[in-house]
Amino acid sequence: MSNNRASFTPSRRKFLMTTASSAAGPVIARAFTGEARAQSAPRNQREPVGVRLEVNGHVQDLSLDVRTTLLDALREHLGLTGSKKGCDQGQCGACTVLVDGRRVLGCLTLAASVDGRSITTIEGLTSPGQELHPMQQAFVDQDAFQCGYCTSGQIMSAIGCVHEGHAENDADIREYMSGNLCRCAAYPNIVAAIKQAKAATQSRLASKET
Amino acid sequence: MRPFIYTRANSPSFAVQTFPSGSAGPDVESPGQYLAGGTNLIDLMKIDVLRPQHVIDINALASSPLGIISTNAQELRLGALVHMADAADHPEINRAVPVIAQSLRLAASQQLRNMASLGGNVLQRTRCPYYRDVSYSQCNKRRPGSGCAALDGFNRMHAVLGTSDQCIATYPGDFAQALIALDAQVELQGANGTRAISVGALHRRPGDRPDLETTLAPGEMITAFVIKPAPWMRRSLYLKIRDRGSYEFALASAAVAMDLEDGRVREARIALGGVATVPWRAQAAEALLRDQLFSEANAQAAADAAFAGARTREHNAFKVELGKRTLKRALTEVAAMEA
Repeated sequence: MSNNRASFTPSRRKFLMTTASSAAGPVIARAFTGEARAQSAPRNQREPVGVRLEVNGHVQDLSLDVRTTLLDALREHLGLTGSKKGCDQGQCGACTVLVDGRRVLGCLTLAASVDGRSITTIEGLTSPGQELHPMQQAFVDQDAFQCGYCTSGQIMSAIGCVHEGHAENDADIREYMSGNLCRCAAYPNIVAAIKQAKAATQSRLASKET
Repeated sequence: MRPFIYTRANSPSFAVQTFPSGSAGPDVESPGQYLAGGTNLIDLMKIDVLRPQHVIDINALASSPLGIISTNAQELRLGALVHMADAADHPEINRAVPVIAQSLRLAASQQLRNMASLGGNVLQRTRCPYYRDVSYSQCNKRRPGSGCAALDGFNRMHAVLGTSDQCIATYPGDFAQALIALDAQVELQGANGTRAISVGALHRRPGDRPDLETTLAPGEMITAFVIKPAPWMRRSLYLKIRDRGSYEFALASAAVAMDLEDGRVREARIALGGVATVPWRAQAAEALLRDQLFSEANAQAAADAAFAGARTREHNAFKVELGKRTLKRALTEVAAMEA
């Protein structure tokens, strides 16, 4: 029985490769409106819903089961697996991404509800061969992680924290980063990393970069 | 999560007209739900506690007055779709009614505050583990008439005020207590038009119908909260006691506001959180403070009065003393404020 099941279960690696390759499709060149489409008429519960997202600067048109969260749209439909699924119920912060520049939880956001919005994930902070984002570099410099599972959420949350003006001192950083849990307890080093990257992150925001 | 029909509304009237008729209310059979921040709704749909057939996304209404904070000398108006984070950081709210800003800032995490709407916040569901776990067949809130597993279960987090023999689930929020302490109004829109009621009249005690949590009509939605700011409301604060220093629900909390002149209390407002089944206005305690010189003894008497009707279960008896100390400290601190 267990042998039979195993033969029908695709390996995790094969699954990731499949989703990643399906995400390598062309970036849709249509103008990005930045607005949600007009109200839709009630439809069948099983009918896919059309969702347009601008993800890391690229417009993506998706056809999704209406139940799909933003996190699952990013990971399973666009192959952007940097945003992590920790608890999947809004308690750990591993899925933190920016929506129109504000940090939110991808696991509690319906993809359909952010139709027309701009999403920034950890993959959007820099490109291969380019310098790391100052916050990424600071996490490396300050040894602000061990296992790394929470790190992409920590970094996206940290960027949001600086943008909001909630990184004024250690106590402020601890309070406003409390939605990101780290089982390795790298908290002191995370605070140090945010302090290191604060000024550079602010100046990138001033020049309209994430 | 079960499938549902998803509709985007771009006007309040479209939203209320689209809301499905039929049996309604906060139980699992609710045919419709409005989606704003989704921090509570999507969570409860994932764990199968809420099973709406129709989800009406009202986020597009944030570009209407529902998404705006407006202030003038007569009123402070908070649109229902204003995010918690934006109200918490609003300079005039922090100046004029600090208890409102503090109640929001001390709730949830910043990611959740960036998502969650004020309207959804006051309607958030209890964190009772027996409500949230559908493998328990007994929950009068989820399945009316099925019983209450919390009465003799693990009830450390449960309420000691406003309970019934059918439900002891704690109202988990903070912001509603601040609103109640300031006698705020809530504006509603439904299929039959608009109305306004006191926020204190929004929530229902469980009684023999724990499944009915509010006095809202089916499909009625919150459009705004309105506070009539008085100068003395600058003397207000929210004190929240919890198991960890941040990102946690209250074990006990107090929203307090005080009109104090030369040491004499002209008006006192008290609402309690973490200890009651609804946002709890402690009017008997307020009456003991009013027209008296403020003193530690009076604060203690008020705290004792606030919990005079407490009914405890096996694991939550500590909340009576904790709640009294929380209120006494909140009153002492608010009386000492420079306002």
